[in-house]
Amino acid sequence: MSTPIDVPAPTEAPVDAPAATEATAPADAPASATDVMVEIRSVHKSFGALEVLRGIDLSVRAGEVTVVLGPSGSGKSTLLRTINHLEKVDQGWISVDGTLVGYRRSGNKLYELREREVLRQRTRIGFVFQNFNLFPHLTVLENIIEAPVAALGRPRKEAVAAAEALLARVGLADKSGAYPKQLSGGQQQRVAIARALALEPKLLLFDEPTSALDPELVGEVLDVIKDLAHQGTTMIVVTHEIGFAREVADTVVFMDQGRIVEQGPPADVLDRPVQERTRAFLSKVL
Amino acid sequence: MSAQTDTPPPQLPAPPVDDAHDSVPRIVPVRRTGRWAAAVAVLVLLAGALVSVIRNDAFQWGVVGDHLTTASVLRGLGLTLWLTGLVMVLGFALGTLLAVMRLSGNPILQAVAWGYVWLFRSTPILVQLLFWFNIGALYPQILGVDTVNLLGPVAVAVIGLTLHEAAYAAEVVRGGILSVEHGQLEAAQSLGLGPWRRLRRIVLPQAMRSIVPPAGNMLIGTLKGTSIVSIIAVQDLLYSVQLVYHRTYEVIPLLLVATLWYVAVTSLLSVGQHYVERHYARGTADAR
Repeated sequence: MSTPIDVPAPTEAPVDAPAATEATAPADAPASATDVMVEIRSVHKSFGALEVLRGIDLSVRAGEVTVVLGPSGSGKSTLLRTINHLEKVDQGWISVDGTLVGYRRSGNKLYELREREVLRQRTRIGFVFQNFNLFPHLTVLENIIEAPVAALGRPRKEAVAAAEALLARVGLADKSGAYPKQLSGGQQQRVAIARALALEPKLLLFDEPTSALDPELVGEVLDVIKDLAHQGTTMIVVTHEIGFAREVADTVVFMDQGRIVEQGPPADVLDRPVQERTRAFLSKVL
Repeated sequence: MSAQTDTPPPQLPAPPVDDAHDSVPRIVPVRRTGRWAAAVAVLVLLAGALVSVIRNDAFQWGVVGDHLTTASVLRGLGLTLWLTGLVMVLGFALGTLLAVMRLSGNPILQAVAWGYVWLFRSTPILVQLLFWFNIGALYPQILGVDTVNLLGPVAVAVIGLTLHEAAYAAEVVRGGILSVEHGQLEAAQSLGLGPWRRLRRIVLPQAMRSIVPPAGNMLIGTLKGTSIVSIIAVQDLLYSVQLVYHRTYEVIPLLLVATLWYVAVTSLLSVGQHYVERHYARGTADAR
């Protein structure tokens, strides 16, 4: 449970695209050498009397795309938010890239980290929100360079160059001077993805990235996410887009009432679900 | 009822448009007779008031003109202006601190900030000023110096007005901070931005949109409110004209001198507020 001394097996030379190798292959477990990027162990979380996570265990391998499905209130967004410590867990632990999130372990105790340390951890975990949460008073470019400059201390010039490259990558090279409100929802979400990528995170978390979009704008955002998936970015995506899950996911996780009901390759979970609850859900959304 | 340019028929409601002509029927707005009558009545009353003001020699407009730009009046105006500016800056600095305390996770800081606002909003500013003016009765000496020498009337005015201003500013700033969507804070946190950076770069600039209008109100209120320091013999704009009319008994024209200056400065501030609001509206639909 320490620094990444483990062999950085699937990492490629380009800094912003870690683990570009086995992810594109069909998700038959590619032997034992695969790094675990995210490990979630017996995580519980309550809001008052309501227990929203009731013992979650999940492993996500580096370079893989995990899609979390489930009815609203199933705890999938909360689970995602615990992974970058936006929500604190009540029990259990989560590690990302071999480091505990939000805590330091000493003996059999988990000590909560100071905010500064948590903030440093978060710079390695990108988070994309349902409502984009772009900073409306800053231009697109300023939105993207804010964190690299302020949190990582990058020189501004360097951050601007990187931001422009990212904008080109999400197809918005000409929008760097625009304010978020001048963009469509789909464009805003693509900027939000670029903003998350600007920190060169090891892991990207998407919380229903297309749920706030007009139907005709969903495709352009999913295309960007697919593109990232093909480049081997490790991602956990909470979504209602079954088609996207089928096409992109290495693993589909179905949650209900704070538990993981079923998980596996999309061909299994989506087409031959074992659990009655999964079948009932899919019959309603498909 | 066709599209011809005949005079609008003042007749009864027309029957449903006759489809005989297939041209689009012209829309005739309703006549607002009452509106015209009210406007004329108000203008007549206003003209009457204006004429009486101009023709009433007791206003002594000549005297007003003589004193409008005398050195002592301008000195008073200057003091009013810098006192207003200083009180606003110090008041909002302290008020922002109080607002952040109130919104912090620390229950003691929350309670202290709440108590401050409660205390300073619960007493009239006049009473507070008189209290600070007489602070020497409670603490004759501060750090070995006579309080009376340490705190002259101007210092008392600055302290008294600032502490009062801060209580109101705290609520204005707190309201502004609360108006910023929670998702903004979460986005900033998930990008690894520290608390100070989040406040200064993300929250406060967005809070300014809701802070500026009430702050503009407060600025104008403070400008006029500083006239209260005339009771502790601080030579602000009001006190300066009072000094003159106590000598010359030209009470009305000298009050008019002060009034004209207050109106002029307030008008300038209103214009300034418009531009400040426009600045902080950038990136929103209202930005022009």
